[in-house]
Parts: sequence; structure tokens; C-alpha cells
Amino acid sequence: MAEKFDVIVVGAGPAGTACAYTLAKAGVNVLLLERGEYPGSKNVMGGVLYRKMMEDIIPEFYKEAPVERPIVEQRFMMLDKESAVTFSYKGLEWNQPPYNNFTVLRAKFDQWFADKAVQQGALLVNETVALECIVEDGKVVGVRTDRPDGDVYADVVVLADGVNSLLAKSLGFHKEFRPDEVALAVMEVLKLDRKIIEDRFNLEGDQGCTIEIFGDATKGILGTAWLYTNKDSLNIGVGTMLSGLIKHKIKPYELLEYVKQHPMIRPYLQGTEQQEYLAHLIPEGGYNSMPQIVGDGVLVVGDAAQLVNAIHREGSNMAMTSGVLAAEAILRAREANDFSKTMLDSYRVNLLDSFVGQDLKKYKDATHHFEKFPHYIEKYIPMMNRAASQMFTVDGASKWEKQKKIWRDIGSAGDKLKIARDLFQAWRVMK
Amino acid sequence: MSEQAKGTSIEEKQYLVRFKADTKSHLTVLDADICATKCPDKLCTIFCPAEVYKWEEVRMHVGYEGCHECGSCRIGCPYQNIKWEYPKGGHGIIFRLG
Repeated sequence: MAEKFDVIVVGAGPAGTACAYTLAKAGVNVLLLERGEYPGSKNVMGGVLYRKMMEDIIPEFYKEAPVERPIVEQRFMMLDKESAVTFSYKGLEWNQPPYNNFTVLRAKFDQWFADKAVQQGALLVNETVALECIVEDGKVVGVRTDRPDGDVYADVVVLADGVNSLLAKSLGFHKEFRPDEVALAVMEVLKLDRKIIEDRFNLEGDQGCTIEIFGDATKGILGTAWLYTNKDSLNIGVGTMLSGLIKHKIKPYELLEYVKQHPMIRPYLQGTEQQEYLAHLIPEGGYNSMPQIVGDGVLVVGDAAQLVNAIHREGSNMAMTSGVLAAEAILRAREANDFSKTMLDSYRVNLLDSFVGQDLKKYKDATHHFEKFPHYIEKYIPMMNRAASQMFTVDGASKWEKQKKIWRDIGSAGDKLKIARDLFQAWRVMK
Repeated sequence: MSEQAKGTSIEEKQYLVRFKADTKSHLTVLDADICATKCPDKLCTIFCPAEVYKWEEVRMHVGYEGCHECGSCRIGCPYQNIKWEYPKGGHGIIFRLG
């Protein structure tokens, strides 16, 4: 094809499509490459899409996009073997425009979003792998694809090629990731009648609920499980650091079965029918693992740039914002007709200034801290469960006696000091 | 976990997924000797979410046709002994939902 475009975007996920959409809307000639049969066919997420960043791109997208349910309740379960302490917030302000977030199924949503970019004038080419960047005089000038005569050229190449980002690695923007920089997520989509979902999760109509599950669900490995409601299905998944699976020698699909059969989870899943099984990596190295994201004629966005806030399960929103900021930097570069690293660097500056960079900085030490000290999960969550059981069990003992028992359960004076220190450390890495 | 009922097996899970397998593998074990002599735990056979890697007495069998293309094996192999590429465009796993 040896064609020349203004911009080539590699990968039609949220970051790449947001970038291609923004550029095409501004009249730029964009090629959007996707290696899957269709956009979304290689993509997985737990399922929560945040409204704000998507609406910055397409106002009121939820009126036509294939979203599943607006989330009105977010629950957090701290699991022990046969008990759970649960927190929740439910608010009906989330049940009306502008909404807070929605569950989505990515294979459907990504197709819809890429289609919107095509309507703006982007050229989407599916079933095409970008094998390498074409580099001339230290500048990226195009990509080599796996199509016959598959070299394509552009002023700028945007790498939105996801967590593995082989292209950014081949440019030397990052080394191979370590197993403690990525989480492996496995998930199942389970079919369930919508009426039963609404009854089971205390919902009316289209309302949705998310449950984040900590503690026994991950057998002491740093990670979380989740249970989300779609229209007529549930997403149940578990994600743990790859390093943790290696250390504990646990098979991820067996961990998923353990979660599904946990007595606190099992009742939610009764009568469901498995529809799909999915696995994917999540970049969780955070700020400290961010690769170089700007070069001569090239920008890196989304998962490829490690833009995930694991603590708040945000990623696709950061991806979209990075795609838009990359597009804006490219538009400025076009005005100056200068596609050098120096000119494109405004993308990096603006990204770090935005909520994306700020939140990544805020939590830069969190993942590694919690991975280093597994007792947050192994010890304190069971302790929390025992305390709740003690306090809420009426057995004739006075509440003062109960408080004393709970206090004794925490351990010796040394143990208490250690907990105080751990809580302080946890606060420090989260503040 | 092995003493507990396992629910659905990985074979049953994989049966739910649509694949369009390429004729050649996108996953290559670079040096078979390393798996045989240096890696007693055969970690990839444990953490691969699709049980692509199976140790068959003397060699590693790579069932690339069922790969989810997650990248765990490339990152998790303690000897960086797995060459990992994307399957040819349009091939490999095809998620319908998630």
C-alpha cells in the first residue's frame, strides 16, 4: 500500500479510538489499525466505563452507545473464609444524566466507538498487525504491517497497542515489564435473566451495581475480585499480580473458581450460564513504570503508556484522556509543521498535569507497598471480620467486654504498635 | 485448592471462547533445554490462564491455538525463554463480549 497518512494510530481500543476520533473530527487524515477481526475482539476489562472522559469526546454518548447499566451502587466486600464485612454507597444521583459510570461489554462498545471515529472520517483497517515502526534518521515515519506491501507512512505514529506494547518496547521506550508490574485478570461473563439480576442486586429497571471483593478472594495475593451487573449477564473476575501467582503457584482459573464458589459470592451466581471466559493483563506498575511516551514522530497512549490507577480501578478513562491529549498535541504540531519530540512533548506535559498524571503520582508507591506487606490482606481483613462478628453477636456479654475481647484479639502491645505503623504507612502511600 | 471441588475446568472455560487459529504458532520456546533442565517448577504451566503450556515428560507442548494473547508467559518466564508475537492479523482469540 505504501501510502502516506497524516497520522497512523495503532490499536482501536479506547485510547487509540479517542485519538483517531479527535483527529478525524479536526479534518486530519487518520489511519486506525486494529489487529483483531473487529475493534474490541482482543480487549477485556472488568466492565466499568466512566462517563466523564467519554462524554468529553462524544456528549451524551450513553443515549446511543451499547452501555449495559448505569451504576447506582458500589459495594466493597472484605472477605474472610465464611464471612464478609461490606461497605456500600448507593445514590440515585447516579441514576440520571449525567450519570457517573456504566458497565459495558468491550467487544460491543469498542466496535461502536471505532465506528464513530470512522463516521468522522478516520480510515479503520481491521485484521492488520503493526509489526514494527519504520524509523528513518531516528524519526518514526510509519509502520510495517503484516499485509502484502504493508508499509504505511505518516507524520506521526500513535502507539495505542495495549499493555504488551511490543512497538514501544522495540523503540527502546521501555524494557520488558516485570511480573510485579502487571496483574493478570481472568473473567467470566455469566448469563442471567435481567429480572433475576434486578431482584438479586436490589435494583430497579436499568440500574446497575458493582461489587469489589478484597481479602480471601485472592488467597493472600495482592489483587481484587469483582462482580458487576450487565443488562442480562454478570461479569465475575479476579485480578492478581502476576508475581503473586508465580510466588504462590496458583492457577488463575482455579482462583476464579474459588471466588465463584466462595459462600459469600456463590448465592449471587446461582442459576447463571457461562457465556465467555477471558484473560488479559493490566499494567499496574503505575507512575514508576511509565515508559518514554514521546519521541520524534511518535506518541504512546493508554495501557501502552501504563496509564492505570489500580487503586480506583480506572484505566479506560485515562486511556481516552491520553488519546485526546495526544491528538491535541498532534494538531499543534501540524500547525507548526514540526513533528519532533520537542514539539510533541506538550502531550507529555499536559498528560502529567491532568488528573491522569496527578493520580498516577498520588498512588505511585501504593501497589508495591501492598505487595510487599501481604498481611494487609492475610491478617487485617480476617481481624476486621472477627471484630464485626464479636460486636454484632448478642450473647449476654456487655459491649465493654466485647470491646475488650476485640482489643485482645489484635494481639500484644507490640502487635498493636505494628498495626498502627502499618496503617500509617498505608495512609502515607495513599494520601 | 486441589482438594476442593473445582467447578468448571479450564477445558470447559476454553470451550466458550471463539478462536481463529493461524497455521503457525505465534509462541515459540526458544531453548527446549532450559525448560527441561533449569526450570523444575515449569511456572508457565501454572500461571498461563489458558493452559497453553503443558509439560509432556521431556518437552513443552505449546497449544497456541487456545492462547488469549495476554502476554503473561513472555513476562513471567523466569528465563525469558518464550518468544511472543501477535498472531497474524484477524487470527487468534476473538472475544464476543467482555
